[in-house]
This record gives sequence, structure tokens and C-alpha cells, in this order.
Amino acid sequence: MVENRPLANLASHLILIVGVAIVAFPVYLALVASSSDPTTIANGQLGLLPEGHLFENYWKVLFEGTERSTKQPMIVPLFNSLVMALVISIGKISISLISAFAIIYFRFPFRHTAFWVIFLTLMLPVEVRIYPTYKIVADLGLLDTYAGLTIPLIASATATLLFRQFFMTVPDELLEASKIDGAGPWKFFKDTLLPLSMTSVAAMFVIQFIYGWNQYLWPLLITTRDDMQTIVIGIQKMLYVTDALTEWQLAMATTILAMLPPVVVVVAMQKLFVRGLTETEK
Amino acid sequence: MQKRSYFAGRMLPYALLAPQLLVTIVFFYVPAAQAVWQSFLLQDAFGISTEFVWFENYQLLFSDAAYYQAISVTAVFSVLVTVAALSISLLLAVQADKSLRGAGVYKTLLIWPYAVAPVVAGVLWLFMFQPSLGTLARGLRHFGVDWNPYLNSGDALSLVVLAAAWKQISYNFLFFLAGLQSIPKSLIEAAAIDGARPARRFWTIVFPLLSPTAFYLLTVNIVYVFFDTFGIIHAVTHGGPAGATTTLVYKVFNDGRAGGDLGGSAAQSVVLMAIVIALTAVQFRFIERKVNY
Repeated sequence: MVENRPLANLASHLILIVGVAIVAFPVYLALVASSSDPTTIANGQLGLLPEGHLFENYWKVLFEGTERSTKQPMIVPLFNSLVMALVISIGKISISLISAFAIIYFRFPFRHTAFWVIFLTLMLPVEVRIYPTYKIVADLGLLDTYAGLTIPLIASATATLLFRQFFMTVPDELLEASKIDGAGPWKFFKDTLLPLSMTSVAAMFVIQFIYGWNQYLWPLLITTRDDMQTIVIGIQKMLYVTDALTEWQLAMATTILAMLPPVVVVVAMQKLFVRGLTETEK
Repeated sequence: MQKRSYFAGRMLPYALLAPQLLVTIVFFYVPAAQAVWQSFLLQDAFGISTEFVWFENYQLLFSDAAYYQAISVTAVFSVLVTVAALSISLLLAVQADKSLRGAGVYKTLLIWPYAVAPVVAGVLWLFMFQPSLGTLARGLRHFGVDWNPYLNSGDALSLVVLAAAWKQISYNFLFFLAGLQSIPKSLIEAAAIDGARPARRFWTIVFPLLSPTAFYLLTVNIVYVFFDTFGIIHAVTHGGPAGATTTLVYKVFNDGRAGGDLGGSAAQSVVLMAIVIALTAVQFRFIERKVNY
């Protein structure tokens, strides 16, 4: 701090508090709504303080499902989202680790080509190849399956880049020492490289878990059955019901459930999260 | 990418690369190539015969008023979200960068929306502004504002802009804060000794040094608006009313789902591909420049 100016500091605190309030208000209101009853919301009488139906609403959403719309108990889509997020994050990390290992620790023809093939997928997000990709997944018979939900998203240029970058900084002496000890590639990877990479792996996991959990367009395309949906798709289905009112208290409970796991991951692993974000994007 | 020593192995490196390469080829390159190929084909109404028509699909696309509407919606949407999200997060980051008491707490309380899915952000804001029962919509009506995002295109666009910007503040905040913290304190102290007031120090020292971060965030925010806001639009407005919130990505999705015009849909995808390639190239040129800083 260059100079001490109490008034300026007070202004800073005020700005930050207003910022935090704006960021938190929509979620607070959703929480209030998820503790309310349908008539209060439908009549436009929802106040700013929680009401007494919190437990009842979450129980209903999780284990009984909505009365109109899909009638799907949300515990199933929650489980699907968890599977999707875990398979995608662990899958991306695993195949990127071994790809980066191959590119850095071996000499072979087409090494640079392989790197570029992986790298250029950055320029092909799913949104620019929606229907052809859908058709391939359909032709492989993977619609409405966990494999179809996850495998097409498992390639990762960012993770490969990050691990490649990290392996470059690992001292050559470590490999030489391992080779003198007679260690083969697998032993070196497992006993030396992997333990050193754990922080990068954990940081990557936080980022990719959120990425997998929050996927929207892809599950929307390739799932049709209610019991294969993910939780974020479940919310959307709840909003649009034909000839009936949206059950807002249940939709808002689902919204809170959908954001809880990734938000907990970010807050609990804040240091790793910040590290993962700044390392992968720069 | 050269190591002094490495493993000998002829087949092993290929085996290690195989899973990643297989996924990229089957699910990235083949469909992308198919999209390019299909964009040159015209299928008849019954899907029996296809004909190679060169750029006819593109000509049709660029003579379609609805496509120009989607381009302008996307442009307006990008500008509004980017300006709002960047300026608010810069303001907050500058405050949090001062060594205030509780700065760490503010940081935690500001970064969690990164974890919220765009569609969830959209639904949260829709609930507040739902015309008949939303808490804030009721407030607007109280002040005589006739608010209805289901019918009024300006209202619909404002709603999706608010939701999209709200979610992006946390990401921008983190990068601005990191950028601010990497500026040497001695520079600021020197300027203070020369008698520069805080506002002047900010505009003549901090802001120019922050410009690489700002420029990086600018491209990231544009990519975010183009691609990641699909969930917000799909859940909140369905591209309506009358196409007022139909972005380029939403249009590809919607036109393709309606079926029929395979070539036209593929041409739209190819245009989007060109946009991503351009944006990514800009982003990487910036990163290279920054390395030489």
C-alpha cells in the first residue's frame, strides 16, 4: 500500500460488497424459491426470506420427481452427471498424460504431426460440427449410453499441452538416473514422472470436472431417454411443460442441486482451481 | 521440445498416442471434414440424389436475411457481454488488489460462479425476471416498466446479456487480479513519490501494463459468447422472440434439428469453423507476443 487513505479503503470495501451481493443474489433467491410452495410463487408473492418447505421440495425433486414435465426423480440425472464429469475428467487426464509422455520421452517419425493433430482440435469445438458428430455417434450405436456421453469429449488439447509443458521442465538427470537403475518407460512413468505431476493433475482435474459436469449441448443431442439425462438438461426440461405451469419451487431446487457439486469443488480446492485455470489458459 | 535422453521404443509411443489420436480423428476430424464436404452438396427434397454444387449453399446462406439477423444478434450480444463483464470485473479486481483486510474472502466470494453452468445462470436470471412472477420483474412493473422478455426482443436480449455477463465476471476477475498482482509495486511507489494521484497512476501505469491481460480476456470472452452461451439461449429464450436472440450457434442447432437442408446447415458450420480458427489464431499471436515482452 503506497498511501493510507481510510476513505478510499472504505469505498473499495463498499464496491466489493455490492459486487459480492450482485453475484450472490440470484442464487439466494433460488434458494428462497426452493423453500417455498407453488402457490406463493405462482401468485408472484415470493418474498426475500426462506420459507418452510425446503426439505419437502428437495426430497420431492430427488426421489419422487415433478408432477408434470418429466416425472423423473432427479437423483438419476445427478448420478449421470457425476459419471459424466468423472469419466471425462479422468479420461482426459489419463490419455493426455500418456500422449505427452510419448511426445516428450520418445523419438519417432511423425512425432510433431501427432502433436499438431491433437493441438488443432482446439479449433474444432463441438458447436461447429454438431450434426456430423451426432451421426457418427448414432452410427456407432452409442446414443443414450455413457460411452456416447463421454468418449467423444475425452480428447484434450489443453491437458496434453499442459502436461507436455510440465514434462519439459522435469530435469533430464532424473531420466538418466532411472535408466542407469535399469528402469523401463513404464517404471519411469509410474514411479518418477507421475508423482512429480500430481499437482498439475489435481489442478487439471478441478477444471475438467467442471467442464464435464456443465456440458449442455452434447447431452442434449445424444440423450433422449429421461433416465439418461444429466442434471443440467433436467432443469431445462422442467421449465417447458405443455399446458401446465412450471413448478418453479422444484425447478429452483434442481438448479441448486445442479450447481452445488462444481461450486463445492471450486471453493474447496480454490488454490488448485486458480492454478489450473491460469496454467491451462496461458 | 527436445530432451537430452529418451527411451528407445518403436511401437510403444504409437500405442501411447493411440487413444487420444483415435478419439480426435473419429470425433473431431472426420465430422469436421464431413461438414466441409456436405457444404458443397445439394440434396433433393426426398434425399434420393445429391449433387455437387460448389458454393451455392454459401451463396444461399449469405442471401438469407435471417442469417444476417443472427450475425448482428451475435455481434451485439458479444459487445454487450464483453464490455459489461470486463469493466465490472476490472473494477472489482482493482479494489481486491489493494491490500484490504479480508481480500481473500472477497476473492472466494467472487470466483465461484465460474463453476455454474451457463444454462443454470440463464435459469437463475429467468426466474428473477419471469414477467408474471419474477421478483425483479415485479419491481420493474412497480416502477411502470412494461417488461416481458417473452414478447419484447429488447427485453429478451437484455436478459440473456445479464445472465451471460454475470457468469463471466468471475473468470475475468481472476485474470485481472493475477495481472494486477504481477505489476511491480516499485513502479507504483515511484510514481507516487513523483506526486501522481491514484487515478493518474491507474491510467498511466497500471492500465497499460494490464493491456495484454485485457486483450487476452477480450478474445476469451468473445469465444465464450459465441459458443458457451448456447445453454442460456436454449433454456431461456429459445432464440426468440422472432429471432431476437438467435445467435449463429443457436441457428446451426435449430436449423439442423428441423432437418432437411443438410448442405445449408453444413455451410453454417463451416463459417463458424472459420470464425473459431480466426479467434484462436489471434489469441495465440497474442500469447507469442507476450512471451517476448
